[in-house]
Amino acid sequence: MDVDGEGVSAVATGDRTIPMHPGRHEAFHQFTQQKLPACKPVLTPAWVISIFLLMGTIFIPIGLVTLHASQSVVEVVDRYDIECIPEAFKSNKLGYIKDSSIPKNCSRFLKVYKRMKAPIYIYYQLDNYYQNHRRYVKSRNDQQLLHGLKYNGTSSCKPEQTNNGLPIVPCGLIAWSLFNDTYEFIRGASELTVNRKNIAWKSDRDHKFGKHVYPFNFQNGTLIGGGMLDPRIHLSDQEDLIVWMRTAALPTFRKLYGRIEEDLNADDVIVVNLMNNYNTYSFGGKKKLVLSTSSWLGGKNDFLGVAYISVGSSCIFVCFVFILLHMKNRRPYGGHNLFVLEQERHL
Amino acid sequence: MPEERRRGILFSKLYSFACFLSKFEDKHAQIGRRGYSRVVYCNDPGNPGAVQLKYRGNFVSTTKYTAVNFIPKSLFEQFRRVANIYFLVVACVSFSPLAPYSAPSVLVPLLVVIGVTMAKEGVEDWRRKKQDIEANNQKVRVYRDYTFHETKWKKLRVGDLVKVCKDEYFPADIILLSSSYEDGICYVETMNLDGETNLKLKHALEVTSHLHDENSFRQFRAVIKCEDPNENLFSFVGALSYDGKEYPLSIKQLLLRDSKLKNTEYIYGVVVFTGHDTKVMQNATDPPSKRSKIEKKMDKIIYILFSTLIVIASVGSVFFGIETKKDISGGKYRRWYLRPDDSTVFYDPKRPFLAAFLHFFTALMLYGYLIPISLYVSIEIVKVLQSIFINQDQDMYDEETNRPARARTSNLNEELGQVYTILSDKTGTLTCNSMEFVKCSIAGTDYGHGTTEVERALMRRRGALSEPGDAVNDVQRHHGDAMDSRRSIRGFNFRDERIMNGQWVNDPHPDIIQKFFRVLAICHTAIPVVNKESGEILFEAESPDEAAFIIAAREVGFEFNGRTQASISLHELDYETGKKVDRVYELLQVLEFSSARKRMSVVVRNVENQLLLLCKGADSVMFERLSQDGRLFESQTRDHIKKYAEAGLRTLVIAYRELGEEEYKSWEEKFRMAKTSVTADHDALVDEAADKIERNLILLGATAVEDKLQKGVPECIKKLSQAGIKIWVLTGDKMETAVNIGYACSLLRQDMKQITITLDSPDIDALEKQGDKEAIAKASLESIMKQIREGISQINSAKQSSNSAKESTLLFGLIIDGKSLDFSLKKNVVKSFFELAMNCSSVICCRSSPKQKARVTRFVKEGTSKTTLSIGDGANDVGMLQEADIGVGISGVEGMQAVMASDYSVAQFRFLERLLLVHGHWCYRRIAMMICYFFYKNITFGFTLFWFEAQASFSGQPAYNDWYMSFYNVFFTSLPVIALGVFDQDVSARLCLEYPILYSEGVENILFSWPRILGWMFNGFISSIIIFFSTTKLMTNQAFRRDGQVVDYEILGVTMYTCVVWAVNCQMAISINYFTWIQHLFIWGSIAFWAFQTRFKPMLHDIIQIKRLEDSGNTPTLPRQLKDRLLHLRERLMHREL
Repeated sequence: MDVDGEGVSAVATGDRTIPMHPGRHEAFHQFTQQKLPACKPVLTPAWVISIFLLMGTIFIPIGLVTLHASQSVVEVVDRYDIECIPEAFKSNKLGYIKDSSIPKNCSRFLKVYKRMKAPIYIYYQLDNYYQNHRRYVKSRNDQQLLHGLKYNGTSSCKPEQTNNGLPIVPCGLIAWSLFNDTYEFIRGASELTVNRKNIAWKSDRDHKFGKHVYPFNFQNGTLIGGGMLDPRIHLSDQEDLIVWMRTAALPTFRKLYGRIEEDLNADDVIVVNLMNNYNTYSFGGKKKLVLSTSSWLGGKNDFLGVAYISVGSSCIFVCFVFILLHMKNRRPYGGHNLFVLEQERHL
Repeated sequence: MPEERRRGILFSKLYSFACFLSKFEDKHAQIGRRGYSRVVYCNDPGNPGAVQLKYRGNFVSTTKYTAVNFIPKSLFEQFRRVANIYFLVVACVSFSPLAPYSAPSVLVPLLVVIGVTMAKEGVEDWRRKKQDIEANNQKVRVYRDYTFHETKWKKLRVGDLVKVCKDEYFPADIILLSSSYEDGICYVETMNLDGETNLKLKHALEVTSHLHDENSFRQFRAVIKCEDPNENLFSFVGALSYDGKEYPLSIKQLLLRDSKLKNTEYIYGVVVFTGHDTKVMQNATDPPSKRSKIEKKMDKIIYILFSTLIVIASVGSVFFGIETKKDISGGKYRRWYLRPDDSTVFYDPKRPFLAAFLHFFTALMLYGYLIPISLYVSIEIVKVLQSIFINQDQDMYDEETNRPARARTSNLNEELGQVYTILSDKTGTLTCNSMEFVKCSIAGTDYGHGTTEVERALMRRRGALSEPGDAVNDVQRHHGDAMDSRRSIRGFNFRDERIMNGQWVNDPHPDIIQKFFRVLAICHTAIPVVNKESGEILFEAESPDEAAFIIAAREVGFEFNGRTQASISLHELDYETGKKVDRVYELLQVLEFSSARKRMSVVVRNVENQLLLLCKGADSVMFERLSQDGRLFESQTRDHIKKYAEAGLRTLVIAYRELGEEEYKSWEEKFRMAKTSVTADHDALVDEAADKIERNLILLGATAVEDKLQKGVPECIKKLSQAGIKIWVLTGDKMETAVNIGYACSLLRQDMKQITITLDSPDIDALEKQGDKEAIAKASLESIMKQIREGISQINSAKQSSNSAKESTLLFGLIIDGKSLDFSLKKNVVKSFFELAMNCSSVICCRSSPKQKARVTRFVKEGTSKTTLSIGDGANDVGMLQEADIGVGISGVEGMQAVMASDYSVAQFRFLERLLLVHGHWCYRRIAMMICYFFYKNITFGFTLFWFEAQASFSGQPAYNDWYMSFYNVFFTSLPVIALGVFDQDVSARLCLEYPILYSEGVENILFSWPRILGWMFNGFISSIIIFFSTTKLMTNQAFRRDGQVVDYEILGVTMYTCVVWAVNCQMAISINYFTWIQHLFIWGSIAFWAFQTRFKPMLHDIIQIKRLEDSGNTPTLPRQLKDRLLHLRERLMHREL
């Protein structure tokens, strides 16, 4: 005997019934009776085969076009971190890079193998550099970058928060480890002008880095990280900093250094005078200099084209396999006899 | 069977008086002691003793929560789920610097999820509250200030005098003082308590039965001492002190709350138990909570995911520890830009183990997206909506009774799609339980021409021989016409010109016919009720067949028209004079019906001062009680009974005997002793005493009553067995009846081979005569084992032959009787019994008791370890319904008890077909798909985080913005999956019913098998790899924007996130089979919502974050869009190949 308290009062107050409304709104009726008009795609062999065929025929041309676009991009890459160390320091790279008394200048020769059309983008590429490390990513303060010294809740910037009791602007590890190699490009006798404006995102310049915020107490500590900042220029114009502070997603990354706004001809030899200041030797990171043109699709990257082509061709392949299978075991679609077989198996 | 429903009849009859006279015995002696300490001062609220006692008021609350404890209690309920605890811990830890993301981003989804579930709880509880309020505010008349005032139920106090009128419910447990009847009796209906629709008699004490008017209560003061509140509905011990004397009180004076006063104008009584002290409230226990198999399996999956989580978190921590340790080596700083010299404990290279250990927690939180936070809440929402669809289904709505199907619980919906065995009650479930008197055999002559449905089925079974001109049909048609011309009487379908219209007086044996119908008119416990409007007399009988007998007797000329405490009056036709006369029979004893006795008798004294024992009962017990000279028509009657049983009719044997004064006197003494004994074997003693007088009976004849099949039952059973569902019928009927009903409802078919297991064999009978119980048991067991072995070998040989011949398998039907069942369920036999039973497509257990039904259900459930469903309508099925995985109650005529105990209720058996084949099938598919998909989408998302970690030296930096992560489950992927869970249909309802074989998908659990689940998980894993590596390959390094800028951390995150949202939503679009506008809206809407949110930043994010995003959104570049398309198309491709 089990009398449910709820049940008892339910009975006492009368059972609930559904009021039946024959004239109720049609759609509502369809809804409650689960009879809404619906499309039920049935994947018949013909449909599947044609979808695959269609996908293949669309993808392969797209792949070819994108691959072509990527191929049209000219990219010149030069790794300089090893070559720029004088022979004497080859065994003690760390000593070389840390010793500020040794001149860090270095010259590299780049050969343009194909004509490059302006604008030519100059990137530096770092390797094995974890800008996406949690400690590193968090070590900045966006409010301070925008409002400067007015904002002092900068605990996230530790240990680069204050120095000698004074706050650091810009604070944090990211700013502190600012990349400071510099490059000059000479073609023949004349120096190529490198446009270093507008390398940062416009939104960053306008909305994230304050126009009235000036570097303060920056790199004044005992341990110097990366580059210095000109305290007379406000942050919004410190584009190198802004670029650097857009942290990279992966440990291998490129960042924009500037643009050459002249065409470079094939077989031109460019002399690069660079200052090899930045320490990547302690963690075995590579440094590369990249000159690249761009296409409507961006930089040189064959992956998209290859991916399209391979997916497209596997679609075609699958399509043929299906056609063969279908030819071999043709069965009437929706045949009831299949049900009967099933049933016998079960009963 | 009537005996099933007659358990615990309280029809006390005359001997209740004997009870009052008896001295205080046993329990009464304990009054005032422990457990019996309640003191009630009747009608004396000012009494200092009464003031001191602070009994609870009559306010009743059935709610789970109160306003005060709602928050803590429901929170506690929420956090009993492992996943929720995990998220709570994560939320707490997220306030520490360990957290890879900001605290609110994990707290908000948790609050949303918890909040929704709590709101659901709250709404449900609010409904209960409203019912309580309604119950508490009902009106009752209470005696205050020397007159009766209307008061609300909740204001009632212990000791109050109340007046309850006809058809009102009792507001509390009340001691009956007096009633509108002189002798202080009243009738109550206890349908809400035990589901029994018959009326029960209650008695006031003689000393109080004279209190009839307000004035007499002015001086009424009494003290009741009684037992403390308890849940036993069938006993009550107390004593009434009145006028300086003590009188014992028993259950016969107690009127229980929630039962109803019937057939009595009014009663007066004293409140003894109020509110939660009442027996019915003490009885209120929560029904057993059932969980579906899918949900249980889901828990396992959650555990798998937890282990995966721990594994990948530890892998991450180990690598993190190694990387961190290397940061300082020999005084040199490796990754100097991280300032390893001035680090916090979380990144300290000097303490790499600690750092790794702490990182482990960070990682646990970060990869927590593997565990779908919104899974439980989504499933609950989906199930509630599914239940609404079940409730609203017009194809399961019964117009006759105005009852829709009702899902009383929502957590078993998908279980409906996996039913392997149905255990069904017969009476009231397969049949209507409206009895019709069809045939009778009197003095060895068969009367009655009607054909039953079973007979028609039998004829059909014997081939379509019955041409339209067939004699039987002719007769039937003839009688059909005749019936139309007369007014049809409910419960009476007897056509025989030899008996009807008073023709029986011309029969060769009019005296026997007279006695026969007299027995029918007298030997019962029904009460005549006059319908005031029509003046018709209706009968409140315990069972419909009893009513059918009374109606039959009336139609023949023996009209039962009144019953008092001690007499029954008939208006009967005297065959000698041919006139109608009124005769009064003095009612001396009623020997009650019980399932053990299978018979009922009354002892009456007629006008001629003859003492008569009138008896009706099952043939199995009656024939052995006949006297030597009373067996005149035994063989003919036996033949007729057999014939009736074959026609699917219920039969009872009618007999009588004359008693000598002396014999009766001495027996009465013994019987009284037995009745008043208060020992444990009280019932056995009474039965034994009754047994002594029910001997040497003279056979009069037998009755046959048809229990009509419900509409659509055969078709429904056919469909269900086509769906591969095994059907067991558990019935109390005789084997022949059960077999025939089995044929009628196509449970057994012509092409099936029957295997019968029974103990009705000559050697067992012989043993039984010797009475050696042990020998019987041994022989029976052996016989059963032998029969089971034979059955199994039959099936095996049939299987082999069908395998070799490749013909359709021979189907088997197993029929087993109650006694054999008892032996079959013994430990060493049960295994082989189930082997046999599982190979039979239908099983009929006849002559089984309610207890056996529950046992069989449990054995089937445990033996098959597959889902069982039981369906029943009466209080006797409650055990079975609660025992089974799913209990379906028929909300028919037999009260609400079964419905109260059920998980689903339908109005008719035939709706089961739609409930299982359509709703069950759909719900199973939906829930299975939904859960798989949930895991898929979370694994896809979670593993992209892991891949990113691998690229970030496992430092715990999430790939995405905090808010994207937390909104992933809540906004961007939740609605489509809910739409899948609520609306998806593989095929339409029509096709589900047309091809029941589709149902076996659920029985075999194809959609939620481990390969499927792991397949989906693997799909998620692969998707994450494709998404992560394609995006990183595509986007990093090269110029990304027009001005040559490259992709940074944030953009990569947004892109990957976009890909994930696209991929999982498109995967959804591929997986579902049914696109209504709702699906389109949700799937494409989710993607569009994400696109909208990235472009127009409508959300209240951290303002800086938005600004960072601004440019990535405003200048969309081609590669990204192309890549998205590429990715989701690859996704599709992959899915196809899988």
